[in-house]
Amino acid sequence: MRALPSSVPWFLGILGLVVLAVTVMSEAVGTGLISTSFLKVLGMTLCFCLAALAMDVVWGYCGILSLGHMAFFGLGGYAIGMWLMYARTEIIVAANLAGRAIPPTEAELRDAIGSQIFGVVGASDFPWVWGFAHSLPLQLAMVVVVPGLIALVFGWLAFRSRVTGVYLSILTQAMTLALSLWFFQNDSGLRGNNGLSGLQNIPGFLDAPQAAVALAFFLASALALALGYVFFAWVVSGKMGSVIRAIRDDEARVRFLGYPVEGFKLFVFTLTAIVAGIAGALYYPQAGIINPGEMAPIASIYLAVWVAIGGRGRLYGAVIGAAFVSLVSTWFTGGGAPDIDLGFYRVDWVDWWLVLLGVSFVLVTIFAPKGLGGLVDLWTERRGRDRHGADLGPDQGALREREAGE
Amino acid sequence: MSGSTRLLEVSGVSVTFDGFRAINNLSFAIGPAEMRAVIGPNGAGKTTFMDIVTGKTRPDTGRVIWGDENISLIGMSEARIARAGIGRKFQRPTVFEEQSVRDNLTMALKADRGPFKVLFWKPSAEERAKVEDIADTIGLAGQLDRTSGELSHGQKQWLEIGMLLAQDPQLLLVDEPAAGMTPAEREHTTDLLKSLAKHHAVVVVEHDMEFVRRLDCKVTVLHEGSVLAEGSIDHVTKNQEVIDVYLGR
Repeated sequence: MRALPSSVPWFLGILGLVVLAVTVMSEAVGTGLISTSFLKVLGMTLCFCLAALAMDVVWGYCGILSLGHMAFFGLGGYAIGMWLMYARTEIIVAANLAGRAIPPTEAELRDAIGSQIFGVVGASDFPWVWGFAHSLPLQLAMVVVVPGLIALVFGWLAFRSRVTGVYLSILTQAMTLALSLWFFQNDSGLRGNNGLSGLQNIPGFLDAPQAAVALAFFLASALALALGYVFFAWVVSGKMGSVIRAIRDDEARVRFLGYPVEGFKLFVFTLTAIVAGIAGALYYPQAGIINPGEMAPIASIYLAVWVAIGGRGRLYGAVIGAAFVSLVSTWFTGGGAPDIDLGFYRVDWVDWWLVLLGVSFVLVTIFAPKGLGGLVDLWTERRGRDRHGADLGPDQGALREREAGE
Repeated sequence: MSGSTRLLEVSGVSVTFDGFRAINNLSFAIGPAEMRAVIGPNGAGKTTFMDIVTGKTRPDTGRVIWGDENISLIGMSEARIARAGIGRKFQRPTVFEEQSVRDNLTMALKADRGPFKVLFWKPSAEERAKVEDIADTIGLAGQLDRTSGELSHGQKQWLEIGMLLAQDPQLLLVDEPAAGMTPAEREHTTDLLKSLAKHHAVVVVEHDMEFVRRLDCKVTVLHEGSVLAEGSIDHVTKNQEVIDVYLGR
C-alpha cells in the first residue's frame, strides 16, 4: 500500500468531528438543536461533496471538463428511486387488496402497482425500464451499472475520436440534455416531469420516525464521502495520479511515453460517473423527490462551479467548495439572508443569489485560481516555513527557453 | 539484436499537407546501435519525418517497417509505437512541470501501460534504484524531489533524455537536444548521446553543425522532404548540392 497524502487523516478527522457534532445535536439521538429538515440538508450536502470529489478527479486531475456528471448523479437517484417507489406502492396496494374475499393474484397486484405509479401519466403498464424495480439488489446494481455503462459507451465514442477541451465539454452537455429530455417524456416510462416522489419513505422502515431515517442517511452519506475520499486519494496518488495529471497537462506527450491516453480517460470518466451515481442514490432518498429537471445541464454546471470555487486539483478543495457553496446557496435562497434595501431598489437574495454566485465564480477564476482550498496553502506554508531552509534561488529557465525559441 | 541489420526502414514515404509536399519519396534506414544525425534547413521535413515514424502523422504513400519482425508502423497509434520501442524527445523540453523529477522518470520507466496495471503499480527496489541511476546519469541525482518546472532549461532537456532512458526504447528520436544549452551542457549532452548509441539506435535532428561534428556519426541531409546526401560529416559538407541549399547560406 502506497502512502496516502497527508490530507487524508486531516479530512477524516474533521469529517468525523462534524459528524459527531451533528449527531449529538440531532433530533433522533441528541439535543434536537438541529432540525430534521436541516439534518437532511446536511446529509444531501455530503452527497454533493462526494459528487464534487468525482468531478474534481475527472476535471481537476484528468482535465476533462465534464458537464454531465450530475446526470450520472440523477441516474443513480432514479435507480434507487424506482425501487423505493415500487416497494412502497406494493406495500400500500397489498394492504388495500388484503381486505378482499379472494386474495389478489401476482398479476393483479402488479397491475394495481402499475396504475398507482403511472396513473399520473395516464398509463398503467410497467415499461421495460422498470424490469428490475421489484428487486432491491438488482436496482442497487443499477445504481452502479447504468451510469457506468452510459459513461463507458459515451466516453469510448468521444475519446477515441480524440475530442478534447471545450468541444468535449459541449458533447457531454449535449449528452446530458438528451438524457434529461428523454426522462421528461411520459413515453419513457419514468413518469415524465412528475419524476419519482415519496422517496423519503423507506420500505421496511415506514414506521421509523423521519428524524431517525434522516440521521441514518446522514451517517451513510458521511461514510460514503469518507470512503470516496480515501479511495480517490489512493487513485490520484502514485503512478495513476501522475499519468492522469500528465494527460491533463500534455496528452500528446503522454502518448509518446506509450500510455493509451484514451483508455485512461475512459477509466477515469467511468469511475467518476459511477461514484456520482452512488452519491445520487444516497441523495434522493433524503430529498424525497427526483425529477428530470435535476439532470438538466445546469446542475452539472453548478457542480463545476463548486469545484472551481473550492479549488480544483485538490480533493479537499472540491469538498470545501461543494459544502460551502451549496450551504450558502440554501441560506440565500431559503430566505436566510436579509434583503438589502438600497432605497431605490430592494435586493432580494432569492433572485440575486445566482448573480452573486456567478460574480464570485468569475472573481475566483481570475484572482484566486486555487479557490478556497488555496487558503489551506497559506496555513501549511506558514507552518512549514522554518523547515524549508534557504530558497533555491531564482530560476532562469524561462529566459533561456525564450532564447531557445528565437 | 539477432542478425538483423535494420531496425527501422522507411521507404518511398510521401506526405502532403494542403498541397504542400512536406515529405517527398523519402527513404531512410537505421540499424540497431547506430547513431545518425539528420540535418537540413527549416522546412526540410525533419520534424514531419519524426512525426511519421512515431505515428503522429500518417503518410500518403510508402512503408515504415520496424524491428526484427518487420512490423508496419503505419496506422498504429502513437502509444503503441512508443510501446513497440520508439522513444521521442521533442525540440522544446516537454516534461511535466508540475510533477517532481522522480515522478517524471517513474512515469517513463518501462512497465505495463494499461490503466489497471498502472493503478496497482508499486515500484520495486530495482525500479527505485533504476530511477536513481538515471538521475545520476543526467546530473539530477540530488534533485529527484524537485518540481521539474523549477529546473533550468538545460536540466529539463536532460530530464527529458532521462525519461527516454527510463523508457528504454530500441530507437531514440532526439529533436535538437542541444538547443538553448551552454557549451558545457552541450558537451555533456554529446557524451550522453554517444554512450546511448552503444546499445540503442539514436537519430539526432540538429541544426548546429558543430554539434553534429562532435557526434561523429553518419549524417543524412534532408532537403524539401527527401534525402539530399548521406555519409560522413566531411563527405556531406563537401557535397556541392548540400553547400548550395544549406551550408552556403
